[in-house]
Amino acid sequence: MLIAALRKEMLLQWRTRAQLMAVFVFGAAALLLFSFAVGPVAEMLRQFSAGFLWLGLLLSSTLTLAESYHAEMENHALEGLLLLPANPRALYYGKAIANWIQLTILGMALVPVMVILYDAGTTRIVALFFVVALGAAGLSAPGTLYAAMTAQVRSRQTLLPLLLFPLIVPALLASVKATSLIVLGDPMGQLKSWISLLVAFDAIYWSLCGLLFDRVVEE
Amino acid sequence: MGANLIEAENLARRYGRRWALADVSFKVRSGSVVMVAGRNGSGKSTLFRLLSTAIRPDRGKATIGGFELVREREDIRRTTALLSHYSYLYESLTARENLSVAADHLGKPRSVVMPLLERVTLAQRADDPVSTFSAGMRKRVSFARVLLQEPTLALLDEPYGQLDPEGFLLVDEVVRELKAKGTTVMLATHQLERGANLADDVIILEAGRVQWTGKASDVLTRERPGKAGGTAW
Repeated sequence: MLIAALRKEMLLQWRTRAQLMAVFVFGAAALLLFSFAVGPVAEMLRQFSAGFLWLGLLLSSTLTLAESYHAEMENHALEGLLLLPANPRALYYGKAIANWIQLTILGMALVPVMVILYDAGTTRIVALFFVVALGAAGLSAPGTLYAAMTAQVRSRQTLLPLLLFPLIVPALLASVKATSLIVLGDPMGQLKSWISLLVAFDAIYWSLCGLLFDRVVEE
Repeated sequence: MGANLIEAENLARRYGRRWALADVSFKVRSGSVVMVAGRNGSGKSTLFRLLSTAIRPDRGKATIGGFELVREREDIRRTTALLSHYSYLYESLTARENLSVAADHLGKPRSVVMPLLERVTLAQRADDPVSTFSAGMRKRVSFARVLLQEPTLALLDEPYGQLDPEGFLLVDEVVRELKAKGTTVMLATHQLERGANLADDVIILEAGRVQWTGKASDVLTRERPGKAGGTAW
């Protein structure tokens, strides 16, 4: 069931792949604007680079997450799947994994933009991509659940960030700190602690949201 | 035809303060074809959505194949298929892909998809996105989706809607085939003569209540208060 759900999600994302490009441009534009706000002070740009990378990804993620339910609501396709009956939990994890992959790709694509605009290069690329993947998991699990909740509401583009942002503060904080330690250096050896915290929050989000999904989509 | 497949007792459902369905009770024999008729807004679609478990009743109870409508929802879904006003299709996917998605979730091989598209005469457009289809073609794909489920109970809400005359014949044929296989079919339609020719029994709804139940052969000749001929639905 999970494989079927994931296959469907990947197919839908492939058909709307142009949208990922648009979201990337949005995220890159956000990073560019933030760099203008800080000004041409190299040290400050480097200092804030991690925060701005995650802010850019966070803003972009609301577009991606909300859009992931557009196809489901267009002809009530999600209801059709539930009536087959498809397992709601499999549908949730299929969509959450697909969103996770999409946000991870987006985050990785924004890293070079951050490096160029904020002079925030690092040799620890693997560690950085690992943190991006963990942080994207922290966004996608609750984001997929809340996007389902707001999918049928007219003002979903406003409501989704309002509901989602407070919930993901711990994961976001851990992602920013971990990214910052990779970019700026980690003399006190704190990186492991922040990554552990991020993994813990990811585990909580992924298990709890999966349990709650059928209550959200079923009447 | 054997025992009752559906037993509904005082089913009621409201949207806001308006009762779309109010204390509806009826029985449907297993293997029979039942036409549900009634004016627009009489509660036909709400009844079908309740029986398919897409929505829950606010009052009353029903069993389908011995399964209780609310508590044993999953069991009912395994044996019931709904042809809804919604197509349940993904616009960006092709007809073949849409049916393959359903087949994957049902644990059926994808090889069953093409014969079904041939059955609804859409094999030549199998690899075109649904977004390029007319309303009638979408209806045919939705119909194929119902057949894919091989249900014990087929709920066909306005099966003739948006179809051309050829499509009408296709629906008639499929309903007869389903009946021959022992599938119980409920169809909501405004095509009274057509429906009555296919159906064994008829339920007529009026303002969310059962106004009349009886044999299909009687439906076109019966009298309604204030209406001659009784074909106002």
